[in-house]
Amino acid sequence: MAILSKDEAKQIIDKVLAFSKADEVSVGLSGNRTGNIRYARNSVSTSGETTDLSLSVTSVFGKKSGTSTINEFDDASLEKTVRRAEEIARLAPENPEYMPMLGAANFPESKAFADSTAAINPDFRAQAAFNSIDPCVKKNLTAAGYMEDSAGFSAMGNNKGLFGYNKSTSVDFSITVRTADGKGSGYVSRDYNDVSKLNTLAATEIAMQKALASTNTKALEPGKYTVILEPTAGADLLLNMMRSMDARSADEGRSFLGKKGGGTRLGEKLFDERITIYSDPMNAEIPGATYLGDGRPQEKVVWVENGVIKNMSYSRFWAEKQGVKAVPPAGGFIFQGGNESIADLIKGTEKGILVTRFWYIRAVDPQTLLYTGLTRDGTFYIENGQIKYPVKNFRFNESPVIMLNNVEAIGKPVRANGSLVPPLKIRDFTFTSLSDAV
Amino acid sequence: MLPGLAMGKVVSPEAFLQPGADVAVKKRLADAALNAAKAKGASYADVRIGRYLNQFVVTREEKVQNIVNTESYGVGVRVIANGCWGFAAVVDVNNEAQMAKAAEDAVAIAKANSKLMKEPVQLAPQKGFGEVSWKAPIKKNGFEVPIKEKVDLLLSVNDAAMKNGANYVNSVLFLVNEQKYFASTDGSYIDQDVHRIWPIFNITTIDPKSGKFETRNALSAPMGMGYDYLQANPADKVTGITTRYNMGYDMLEDATAAAKQAKEKLTAKSVEAGKYDLILDPSHLWLTIHESVGHPLELDRVLGYEANFAGTSFATLDKWKSKNFQYGSKQVNLIADKLQVGSLGAVGWDDEGVNTKKWDLVKDGVLVNYQAIRDQAHIIGEKESHGCCYADSWSSVQFQRMPNVSLAAGKTPLSVDEMIKDVKKGIYIIGDGSFSIDQQRYNFQFGGQLFYEIKDGKIVGMLKDVAYQSNTQEFWNSCVQVCDERDYRLGGSFFDGKGQPSQSSAVSHGSSTARFNGVNVINTARKI
Repeated sequence: MAILSKDEAKQIIDKVLAFSKADEVSVGLSGNRTGNIRYARNSVSTSGETTDLSLSVTSVFGKKSGTSTINEFDDASLEKTVRRAEEIARLAPENPEYMPMLGAANFPESKAFADSTAAINPDFRAQAAFNSIDPCVKKNLTAAGYMEDSAGFSAMGNNKGLFGYNKSTSVDFSITVRTADGKGSGYVSRDYNDVSKLNTLAATEIAMQKALASTNTKALEPGKYTVILEPTAGADLLLNMMRSMDARSADEGRSFLGKKGGGTRLGEKLFDERITIYSDPMNAEIPGATYLGDGRPQEKVVWVENGVIKNMSYSRFWAEKQGVKAVPPAGGFIFQGGNESIADLIKGTEKGILVTRFWYIRAVDPQTLLYTGLTRDGTFYIENGQIKYPVKNFRFNESPVIMLNNVEAIGKPVRANGSLVPPLKIRDFTFTSLSDAV
Repeated sequence: MLPGLAMGKVVSPEAFLQPGADVAVKKRLADAALNAAKAKGASYADVRIGRYLNQFVVTREEKVQNIVNTESYGVGVRVIANGCWGFAAVVDVNNEAQMAKAAEDAVAIAKANSKLMKEPVQLAPQKGFGEVSWKAPIKKNGFEVPIKEKVDLLLSVNDAAMKNGANYVNSVLFLVNEQKYFASTDGSYIDQDVHRIWPIFNITTIDPKSGKFETRNALSAPMGMGYDYLQANPADKVTGITTRYNMGYDMLEDATAAAKQAKEKLTAKSVEAGKYDLILDPSHLWLTIHESVGHPLELDRVLGYEANFAGTSFATLDKWKSKNFQYGSKQVNLIADKLQVGSLGAVGWDDEGVNTKKWDLVKDGVLVNYQAIRDQAHIIGEKESHGCCYADSWSSVQFQRMPNVSLAAGKTPLSVDEMIKDVKKGIYIIGDGSFSIDQQRYNFQFGGQLFYEIKDGKIVGMLKDVAYQSNTQEFWNSCVQVCDERDYRLGGSFFDGKGQPSQSSAVSHGSSTARFNGVNVINTARKI
């Protein structure tokens, strides 16, 4: 049984805690069932399912800690694991940044679990793949896709009275459709906690349209263009930035949030005033875990408000050193937006480029958050409010910090890559070369 | 690409010194699975019993941040039944009944999948090798070196960096040992012991006045070696504008130089964008080879199996069939090689029991071959597999992975100094940096660690904000010279990602310093 109930998990954790002789001890217990199906060339290539249940014990003496894990649950094995963690801790070097474990807390129940997703079986996966492959076969297109689903729980407890339990499910689906001549390609990705929101046929139909519409591309000169970034494209760039919100790097002067002469840019206006970004584990669209592995609660945090940096993430050690609240890093982010759809944004564009997706994004300069990457699977030229023709893919070199100062319009956020991201209309987006890739 | 590792259980370092299961036991377990698979109707079966050990030591400045020790042990059984592949895996296997069950599960999955099958698997024939073994030729097993010695090394490296001007330094030592046993219905029982090591650091310097910072990473290479890689002899060092390393690495010396160079970068000249002749050191060129030659010549990519993730390839079958596709200039010979001593890809047999070999991919500039495994060989008219099948764990299905792919050294004697002497306007690039390439491997952009401006045959100073953009075919056709074998060195990737779910593999790429004319260089400086 991969998913234990809260009571079952607590019972095992309490038993393990009772075996401990260390100054501090924490126990993590997690289990999940993960399944996947992969297809290419209109045929299923691999599929599988695995279950896992494992327990880890971290024992601490002073500032020395040791961790041991196990996937057997009889008393003798559990006690042996505790002894092993203690033995490793005694031999470990002292960690000067060790922080004492946190005590009891009341974490709200996570909303990240959906029964529908937990009930997925191999037949469901095969049907989801069939619904995606079949329309492509009928239109002489080639489908390559992947669906991965997971259902699980995680629990933790320590000898200071802390106990937490979260259940979660997730499903990720992506589909690439290519034309038979290899000249057109379209892509769609979807991710949810609740699989009843996933329609692989509907998603595939969009990828099919993009594939068919993206053949016979014209080459535009590289340069600065107004772009409409679909949420999948925007999410990949913006999430790179949001993962760089660590306060310690900024205090140390090696982050885009470091300030000339020392300190951080907390409180500075870095972006257009329409930019507000927050995280909230209780958001119904992107529900997440209600606590972090170190026992800190995950709460609603405003990271950017009206373009101003409002919060940065801290390790507990660094927060204590700086005398501030230890705001934990978030899972997903919510980029506040308006009500306009992608179609509305296109309608309001005189000249521009619609970007379905970015690919192979890599940091070029951590100081300015300059990233490079390429457009892929559906890049179109817009003129007078209409898509005119597909264009050859571009390589870009752009910083999300610069991008969020060049905002023309912000559409309605939708879930992409675990976050809520709006389609964005950005001026002066920098494309530096052309790619022949389809 | 850097996917997560299937790490296994956390263990104490002492557990690494315990021997794995005896070969006789593994043979007995393997036979149980092979017999069960055949009894259930499999036309072919293979078994991989794997014990995977990992040790990572992580430090910054004067602190040990983390020591990770993990061990993972289990079995993967792969079968062909009704013409279709099936796979099942079991953790911590210790009896025949578990083996038989895994084999039966694999056959059941194959039979279920066969209902959706379009064409049956065509497996290139492979003779059995009987009971054989292969061991990486290591001189010192890293797992036998006490943790304290490793911690002391990294802390002394950090100390040297700080004393020479670094503001911050992070250093890590990665050690991997794969103890793999393979058996198949072809009659092979292959026991292999694979070792890998990768020492790295990242040094940061800051100019408080301007708020600018610069970094310099280690010029080490991940290697298929033991702890002996960290004991560099003078013969392992290549001197020049900065010292680079061959089959041995002096981490302390490199960190000392790196701290000074990271400081020098703060005041280096920002590059003027334009066309330059590039002189690329092997510590840099390995990554360009990896991305623009290694990946596009993977046959599964060419055929479309990776279309939804890593992408496809510009190097299509019609180009190969034409026998005149000019991948590069006449100077360019690119070789796949699973035998290279000390490389990450070296093994005796691959993960489907094929003896490893060496073959040409690009000969005198012309595309001549791909990388193919047993169920792909017939597609390119080959009678046998190239022996480049790999799985990153007992629990992962083996599939086609990149062998070592290297640029052959130039045949005419030529040193780096002689090469630079003829360059009027150029940039000499050492170390790998930022990298990005499109999904069909045409357009790429690469950064580096150290950039030196060349004017009229002389190095005149350090540059920064450098990245070059090119197109694979154009780039390799602009290769005008490759230094001779005296300069040949390996670089490599410790965590190359491919597949869904993603699997990691390690691969080396060798070359001598090479010259590429008229490459487009951009300036990456921005203001925010």
